[in-house]
Amino acid sequence: MTSKLIKDYFRTDKLPHIWCPGCGHGIMMRSVAQAIHNLGLDKDKVCIVSGIGCSSRAPGYMDFNTLHTTHGRALAFATGVKLARPELEVMVITGDGDCAAIGGNHLIHAARRNINITTIVFNNNIYGMTGGQYSPTTPTNEFGTTAPYGNIDKSFDIPELAGAAGATYTARGTAYHAKQLTKIVENGIKNKGFSLIEGISICPTYYGRKNRKGSIVDMMNWLKDNALDIKVASKLPEEKVKGKFLIGEFKNVTEPEYTEEYMKIIERFQKER
Amino acid sequence: MSRNNVDLRIKEELCKGCRICVEFCPKKVLIMKNEKVKIDDIEKCIKCGLCELRCPDYAIYLGGNDNEKQ
Ligand SMILES: Cc1ncc(C[n+]2csc(CCOP(=O)(O)OP(=O)(O)O)c2C)c(N)n1
Ligand code: SF4
Ligand code: SF4
Ligand code: SF4
Ligand SMILES: [Mg+2]
Repeated sequence: MTSKLIKDYFRTDKLPHIWCPGCGHGIMMRSVAQAIHNLGLDKDKVCIVSGIGCSSRAPGYMDFNTLHTTHGRALAFATGVKLARPELEVMVITGDGDCAAIGGNHLIHAARRNINITTIVFNNNIYGMTGGQYSPTTPTNEFGTTAPYGNIDKSFDIPELAGAAGATYTARGTAYHAKQLTKIVENGIKNKGFSLIEGISICPTYYGRKNRKGSIVDMMNWLKDNALDIKVASKLPEEKVKGKFLIGEFKNVTEPEYTEEYMKIIERFQKER
Repeated sequence: MSRNNVDLRIKEELCKGCRICVEFCPKKVLIMKNEKVKIDDIEKCIKCGLCELRCPDYAIYLGGNDNEKQ
């Protein structure tokens, strides 16, 4: 006995999932399933691909066509799936490490191609699965097992990175703002091109402990208190925006999509034959 | 979804005791007992579904009507 959403879209025999108590990934995985449900997509026409990481375990629980691949390579596999079966709704669930460290190159080139894949990054600002090493989204001066004296690097803004590389839809949500996250995942799926949605997650076990972020509830409250909707922010004076991070839709434009352009070339040569 | 025909259900085996639902329930319906969620006062529940929305483990939900499958 579970809710209809869980029963319909999850492999309930695999629950409870392996994620730690309070891990934000569970909340965001539900938001993704809710978005697919809201759009009324045929489950058999959806393919969800992931790499390696706590976040990348999500497709193991989701009852669609799923592909759990190698670390950093989810977008490479997803590109193959999309070109072989363009009629599928191809989605990627990845982590900040999976997509912005080892998989950073795949990310920028998938974005540059504007291939019709919806990527959702579960960003917990750390490598959760391997025990809390700092990632490309760990804020400067914060701690990880590999940054015992504080992280020197500047962190990536993943939606901005993807948008600059050519993604036609970029947005950010959080595990606290789970309803808004569903909405932007829906809009990302609707975009015919590369969509990058960052969901800010919480990792109480590693990121939280290493950085003394308090309890699970404290970490959720931090998301609540520090996220600012971009539409609201545009109406506020600068001092009220300072120190907050933006959520909402950042980019939504239409440009030629890779798979369609590819098929056009094939059709052109088939006609000439 | 009609709010009248749904009721709050807990699947205790799935609850990992994170307290998220307890804390963010707008009507303070829920409490923790032995590291599991418990309903304290169902009369106060407005069936808003926020507990279900944010439970990372799908252990609490509004059941009945069309929101549930056996
Ligand atoms: C080629 C390769 N290098 C390194 C690893 C080890 N590894 C597994 S998961 C991971 C990082 C995961 O971090 P992230 O993508 O942020 O996911 P999270 O666990 O935080 O959700 C690493 C480095 C691996 N599995 N394969
Ligand atoms: S280590 Fe962190 S990211 Fe991984 S399951 Fe635990 S809380 Fe979630
Ligand atoms: S449905 Fe709303 S009011 Fe009722 S317990 Fe859940 S969060 Fe509280
Ligand atoms: S949010 Fe879910 S897992 Fe956490 S205490 Fe409530 S029912 Fe249990
Ligand atoms: Mg991570």
